[in-house]
Amino acid sequence: MPLQTPPLRGIHDDRGAKFTEFGGWDMPVEFDSIRTEHAAVREDVGVFDVSHMGQIHVTGPDATALMQRLTSNDVSRLAVGDSQYAAITDEDGLIIDDTVVYRLPDESHPIYLFVPNAGTDEATHERWLSYRNDWDLEATVDNRTDEYAMFAVQGPNAADLLEGVAEESVTDLDRFEAQYATIEDVDCWTARTGYTGEDGFELIVPWAAAEEIWTAIDCQPCGLGARDTLRIEAGLLLAGQEFDTESNPRTPYEAGIGFTVALDTEFVGRDALAAIEESGVEERLVGFQLIDRGVPRHGYDITTTESRVIGTVTSGTMSPTLEKPIGLGYVPVEYAEPGTTLQVVVRGQSKKARVETTPFIDTVQ
Amino acid sequence: MSFDVPDDRRYLESHEWALETDGVVRVGISDFAQDELGDVVFVEPPDEGDELAQEAEFGVVESIKAVSDLYAPVGGEVVAINDDLFDAPELVNEDPFGEGWMLEIEADDLDDLEALLSADEYEDQIA
Repeated sequence: MPLQTPPLRGIHDDRGAKFTEFGGWDMPVEFDSIRTEHAAVREDVGVFDVSHMGQIHVTGPDATALMQRLTSNDVSRLAVGDSQYAAITDEDGLIIDDTVVYRLPDESHPIYLFVPNAGTDEATHERWLSYRNDWDLEATVDNRTDEYAMFAVQGPNAADLLEGVAEESVTDLDRFEAQYATIEDVDCWTARTGYTGEDGFELIVPWAAAEEIWTAIDCQPCGLGARDTLRIEAGLLLAGQEFDTESNPRTPYEAGIGFTVALDTEFVGRDALAAIEESGVEERLVGFQLIDRGVPRHGYDITTTESRVIGTVTSGTMSPTLEKPIGLGYVPVEYAEPGTTLQVVVRGQSKKARVETTPFIDTVQ
Repeated sequence: MSFDVPDDRRYLESHEWALETDGVVRVGISDFAQDELGDVVFVEPPDEGDELAQEAEFGVVESIKAVSDLYAPVGGEVVAINDDLFDAPELVNEDPFGEGWMLEIEADDLDDLEALLSADEYEDQIA
């Protein structure tokens, strides 16, 4: 199957980007170096092309009911211009995907736009249609992934940058608030959200205007490589690594995102999660730092100090900010307390590791 | 994008270079290889005195995004490792053919070098 290409593939190529396949998309992984791009976001501002993320649009008299029943959080709490992080779970309460749900300005019926992960938009769209029909709800569900580019402007100076670029001020937005902002005469849905642990904004913009808007946001371009190191430092989940219905089925409680589960709402997976909330989890996602030299990588074994295998590294890297090797992985709860000594097996050698609190760095909340 | 490929040395297809001086072969990775890896954070070398066969794995280089095995261009005894890389692994990125060298092997048989790629052949490979 040919890779999907973001609208700015050629622009990125001219800028000297390296590319990688991600979720069926041919995406820029590195423009200059991960270290340079990572530092720009931590200390100044950087911009990511995340047009591989899906966009699904839901409206109609029963739009709220449909969203409420297919996402774990409480959609009824969203006023226009609010957004929330949520899990999409199956009947067993296992995470299929994680997403941000935005409530857009509306006239008669509520309008939601939510952002599933790269490559999952078609299956998610199908899921919404299928349940809508089963439940006989009146709602329109459109997959608009190919209509919108998405840019993430992230870093302590992101607000200042956008202030000079957008016609409307966006600095009054709180975390997870959003509004339309006009950039190059184009309406851009601008949310104070991100995936880096820094202040910043994510812009959902019409595909046709992507180049003008990207060019207007003149700062360090960043690829998926830096996006990964930034989100690991922030302790944020990556679909396919920290959860995966096939290779790593996990509930929101195990994954440390229990805060997205509104048990007082009715949604697919709610009853299973209520039972787990009651009984407690056996394993939990933890952050750890390697004390010995080495870099933890996805798939490496985590063991006790007696070398008994108790878990697997889901993500790992050399942290550019801390200059220490860090990672995420699932371990039994009795090994999940910060300060616990563990081992990670790096190419046959046991390396000492210590459980750390996440996020590994100070983040905006 | 073009990469340096100095013609004073020979190359493995796996991107290590070999520069012989008086029977001792200095080994590192190419400009192309360091660019592919990105920011190098850690080089795990063998110990001095280790015996390596030609094309044997001798260690790994870790960058932020990937880990890559390293292979010996010639067989022989490891007579030196570049200690500077312990505290400054970024030398591999900054000066892959100079300060970023990784180890020196006293070659058992200098004919091993003949089996390697010339600079022209290696340049064709990465083109």
